[in-house]
Amino acid sequence: MKEERLTVSKIRSGTVIDHIPAGKALHVLRILGITGSEGYRTAVLMNVESRKLGRKDIVKIEHKKLGEDETSLVALIAPTATINIVEGYEIVEKRRVRIPERIRRLLTCPNPTCITRSSREDVVTSFKLVSRDPVILQCEYCGTMVRGEELENLLTK
Amino acid sequence: MGLKGRDVVSILDLTRGELETLFETADKFDRRGRARYRLLEDKVLALAFFEPSTRTRLSFETAMKRLGGETIGFAGAEATSVAKGESLTDTIKMLDSYADAIVLRHRYEGAAKLAAEVAENPVINGGDGRQHHPTQSMIDLYTIRRLFGTIDGLNIALAGDLRYARTAASLALALTLFRPKHLYLVSPPQLTMRPEVLRVLDEAGVRYSVHGSLDDVVEELDVIYVTRIQKERFPDPMEYEKVRGSYRITLDLLKKGRKGLKVLHPLPKVDEIELAVDHSEYAAYFQQAAWGVPVRMALLTHIFGVEV
Repeated sequence: MKEERLTVSKIRSGTVIDHIPAGKALHVLRILGITGSEGYRTAVLMNVESRKLGRKDIVKIEHKKLGEDETSLVALIAPTATINIVEGYEIVEKRRVRIPERIRRLLTCPNPTCITRSSREDVVTSFKLVSRDPVILQCEYCGTMVRGEELENLLTK
Repeated sequence: MGLKGRDVVSILDLTRGELETLFETADKFDRRGRARYRLLEDKVLALAFFEPSTRTRLSFETAMKRLGGETIGFAGAEATSVAKGESLTDTIKMLDSYADAIVLRHRYEGAAKLAAEVAENPVINGGDGRQHHPTQSMIDLYTIRRLFGTIDGLNIALAGDLRYARTAASLALALTLFRPKHLYLVSPPQLTMRPEVLRVLDEAGVRYSVHGSLDDVVEELDVIYVTRIQKERFPDPMEYEKVRGSYRITLDLLKKGRKGLKVLHPLPKVDEIELAVDHSEYAAYFQQAAWGVPVRMALLTHIFGVEV
């Protein structure tokens, strides 16, 4: 039987985020703050076959090169992801994602009595990475520890 | 004078050496009794207590007055513009412009860290939610040191509500700066020490064990540090009634212990210690509260960089 393939053309320049855990592509776009209104030509492939992961998602964003910070953000929800930077249809750089030592602004503290949760205060959340495997982050204000699998629920809009 | 100008948010903001120097200063103040000094007569200390406090606020006030300084402040958020919706940040900015240092108590964890970021002048954490209470820990350590001549090599139990009582969490952190022989964490299962505190104990290599009752460990102990179990922590009042007996300090329990066993308590206590214990050789908590003044005097002189 002939294998059916979902084909998306190569991009000329930009970023291909490959090996995203299946179903997480939209979360990746969200953490990168890409809503569609920025005008990037973007391809989102979900639940496609992968030799490594069984199923995976892929995101291709034309004319946007992810910075180092953005690369580390992807790590929070897609630790298996690989990032390819493309120029002139060629991959010029391959990156593995890595969670940064400190994550500011992007996560909400799950502790309801953390000062960062007070609506009166203008305070930016800050988490430090206390363990990479398993992933454990700690709120620098209230000390609450969060595990990798909880992070997705804690993403700020 | 390593502490000059510094914030004290967590007890771990200090080193063992800094604590020991602080205790030596406290010894001097304690030896001189109720003397009044003019060491801080040009200083104003703001006492910003958004939550109720008796000992912490009054002992800071006493300490500042003995040192010749002035205090301003409030107790309870109702009386301030916070009740009108002012942010902590704005309140702290204002106090920072009036006073030379700020003592803050607040029910939100992390409030003192935020205040320290906002204020130019030193911020001393007088208790933030369930998290830190560094000046109480200084007094607790000082008390142990005075009673035993050392903090190292002792068997210390923290008993009661280890999850929400900031004094217990803060003392556990403080003990990682020393070498206790063994730490016994005694609490009902729903009130065990929080994982972030256990993590610090693990990293520091402090030997500890977790227990459900004081009866199991009392014979081993040099110090029992008691915190109150709040009834409100239990969804079912029957559950509370069931467990409270296991954490109640009675003379009968203490008589099973070693000679020289001492009971500490950050106070206020309600009924977790039998009244008869108050007058026994075991009770150290009133002495502990009294040492709150010389210890806080020492802290203030160190933070303001004044030679004693």
